[in-house]
Amino acid sequence: MDIELGQARQTFMTESAELLEEMENVLLSLEKNPGDADTINSLFRSAHTIKGASGILGMETVEKFTHLVENLLSNVRDGAFTLTSATIELLLECRDHTKTLIELAASDAAVPALTEIKEAGLTERLSALLVKKEEVPEKRAVKGPVTDTPESGRLSSTDAWHISLRFGPDVLRSGMDPASFISYLGKLGEIISISTLFDSIPGVEDMDPETCYLGFEIDFKSDFDKKAIEGVFEFVREDCMIAILPPHSRVESYVDLIRDLPEDTVLLGEILVKGGALTKTELDEALSLQKSSEAASDGSKRLIGEIFVTEGMVQSDIVDAALEKQKKTQETRSKEARTIRVDADKLDGLINLVGELVIASANIDQQAQRVKDAWLLESASSMLRLVEEIRDTSMKIRMVPIGETFSRFNRVVRDISRDTGKEIALEIKGGETELDKTVVEKISDPLMHIVRNAADHGIEKAEARASAGKPVIGTIRLNAFHDAGSITIEITDDGRGLNKKRILEKAIGQGLLAPGQQYSDSEIFRVIFEPGFSTAESVTKLSGRGVGMDVVKRNIEALRGSVDVESVEGSGTVVRIRLPLTLAIIDGFRVGVAGSSYVIPLDMVVECVELPESEREGNRSSYINLRGEVLPYVRLKRYFGLEGKDARYENIIIVRYGSAKIGLVVDELFGEVQTVIKSLSKAYKEIKGISGATIMGNGEVALILDIPRLIEAVERAAA
Amino acid sequence: MSVAAITETTQYLTFKLATEVFALDITKVREVLDFTALTKVPRTPDFMRGVINLRGSVVPVVDMRLKFNMSRTEQTVNTCIIIAEINLDGDKLVLGALADSVQEVIELEPGQIEPAPRIGTRLNTEFIKGMGKRDDQFIIILEIDRIFSTEELLEVHEAKAPAA
Repeated sequence: MDIELGQARQTFMTESAELLEEMENVLLSLEKNPGDADTINSLFRSAHTIKGASGILGMETVEKFTHLVENLLSNVRDGAFTLTSATIELLLECRDHTKTLIELAASDAAVPALTEIKEAGLTERLSALLVKKEEVPEKRAVKGPVTDTPESGRLSSTDAWHISLRFGPDVLRSGMDPASFISYLGKLGEIISISTLFDSIPGVEDMDPETCYLGFEIDFKSDFDKKAIEGVFEFVREDCMIAILPPHSRVESYVDLIRDLPEDTVLLGEILVKGGALTKTELDEALSLQKSSEAASDGSKRLIGEIFVTEGMVQSDIVDAALEKQKKTQETRSKEARTIRVDADKLDGLINLVGELVIASANIDQQAQRVKDAWLLESASSMLRLVEEIRDTSMKIRMVPIGETFSRFNRVVRDISRDTGKEIALEIKGGETELDKTVVEKISDPLMHIVRNAADHGIEKAEARASAGKPVIGTIRLNAFHDAGSITIEITDDGRGLNKKRILEKAIGQGLLAPGQQYSDSEIFRVIFEPGFSTAESVTKLSGRGVGMDVVKRNIEALRGSVDVESVEGSGTVVRIRLPLTLAIIDGFRVGVAGSSYVIPLDMVVECVELPESEREGNRSSYINLRGEVLPYVRLKRYFGLEGKDARYENIIIVRYGSAKIGLVVDELFGEVQTVIKSLSKAYKEIKGISGATIMGNGEVALILDIPRLIEAVERAAA
Repeated sequence: MSVAAITETTQYLTFKLATEVFALDITKVREVLDFTALTKVPRTPDFMRGVINLRGSVVPVVDMRLKFNMSRTEQTVNTCIIIAEINLDGDKLVLGALADSVQEVIELEPGQIEPAPRIGTRLNTEFIKGMGKRDDQFIIILEIDRIFSTEELLEVHEAKAPAA
């Protein structure tokens, strides 16, 4: 395959993934409020785009199948067919199948027999629907020239047909000449006016002479009926957009046409002329009227739309529609211009460089401090500030809202509730909360697991809920919010909750907890994340949790995050995931232990106090009294097994993570540093208490302390 | 891996650990650095001397003398860090190795290389690719991928980790 096509395929893969995602969302929203014309349109567009692009790329399997889907959708869009929940179900299945086909086509794999069988089934169901539709009397055909029902309101004053014609790009290639259609049309009647639209012709360098970019707006007087006029375009109907409005059409028809026209912002007046609601002369009059009123002493410029209405030339509905269209095209255009697609590798490269820049500028700052030159200090500090800004901005580029990941669960919950016969509603909050793209990607699987668990095992069946006095419809809530330098994601369900007693028994049985001890709730629930703990059978049935929760925990911890569970039996469970905002750069606090530097994420540092004299002798106790509060602490030197004399003054740094707080005894305090997180080499597997490394201004490597892990160790030792 | 696998003339970088001369396949070597300050990573085996900053990436450095049951490398003017690229379970891993001094790049033909002796070396023979002979001097050609295989790195990990 040549490179260019390979790239095109790559783009197609990304785009189709997005389109399919959108289709899913749209279908789910249609399920809630069917008949929303805008959503149906966007559904059709998605299917159409995929069909077209896959055709160009030679993915025949995809093209063939999506063509069928598109046919059905086009019928739906035209109102010949109403969407029922069964149809939506079918369309969802078709979407999934399209996804499979695209993936297969992308890897150049043959279609497996199973997929073929599925396709045959889907095709049959699709065609069955299409056939059924044929039997329904064609509603649209009723819209004849004079048959327009009078009760539908005001009629336009024109006595000519109006034809909007947009030739498809392949018309010339298939050997058709647009001019001959128009001259043939001339034989059926009199063409009053014809305007050619060049809007879609690209610049000379991009223009393909074999592609047709033309569109026409034709006003046409004829005694023939609509069918005959349509017949003119018989050969090109497939790939052209043709709208034919009979004389004296309803006002609404013009409004619709204006909305449907693909052209971008055009002057309001021109749209109306194109729409056949106004003639050129009427427009000119309106324009000159506007000019004169501007010249008038009142000075206030009247809106062109207003003039049309006051002069009684146009019904105000049409003006509104035209204005709306103008606004919309402007909006979409500015939105398009505001986003660009960037290769993730390029972005990573940039972030890496920014990381280096942060280190280098920290170095310069240090040198400036040493040299003590006022000018140098000043420029170094202003550079440092700028670099910090660059750092923050470039980190923001990587931030994406989590909402997209959340909305994916609509489908999951819907499918589970259908399969299990439960009624479950998914509530999403905080979808606009942003976090690092890598984090978003990696958190999606663990989230999926938790949501599935909640829907599958947590929420009870409707009868059970009713008899427990709960609302019949179970609710799963997804919530995301920022909290002290980290992001918290909560998955809440109002299901049956965890059975604490059973978990405790089971954990003691497996030797994970000691019998006869008092455990807090959180300690007991933490057991469900232990690898050996959950045997699907005994735990899942009773508590509804357990399968693969250790994997969930491991994935979250790999992101430097943590997870915990709260649950009240009978009324529900909350799974709380805490994640760092970013994986690349953080503000840190540098401390010294036994001659080496360590960095603590600044967000987690609460305060520093001197280690009381009484605590300095050996390790008699591992608690201090912090203003009346019991604070467990750990001597990092001992914890890491480092050698070296104790410093003259030792300090305790109090760190916090979630609700836990501990003290770390260190030799020296250095202060704040900008920290670019580097992973420790793979040569070091997992080192308890260390989450990574960073390079300081002087080029030395400092290690980053893994506070959550340290807290866990200290709590365990204290228990 | 055995001598039989060496079929063509290859270039080797030679270096000294104590008085013995060792060699590494030159294609494995990225560069040679002067000794710089190391940051020890706690709870790791002794032969993992620590990490250095190699133009922005964090690279672990091992003490080959300790690995080969010699005494710990002391820093002299000649002490170098050989940056090598090794295969760790199919992944590339950049690693620094301490050497008392780096000698030269030599060329050895297959005929100049003999199989490793079964006895008489302090090293595990697994780590030796062959013995090169040059001017009546033996050069130990190391199988560097083997020395730092996952098991070798992990084994000592567990033994050393002190109780929390």
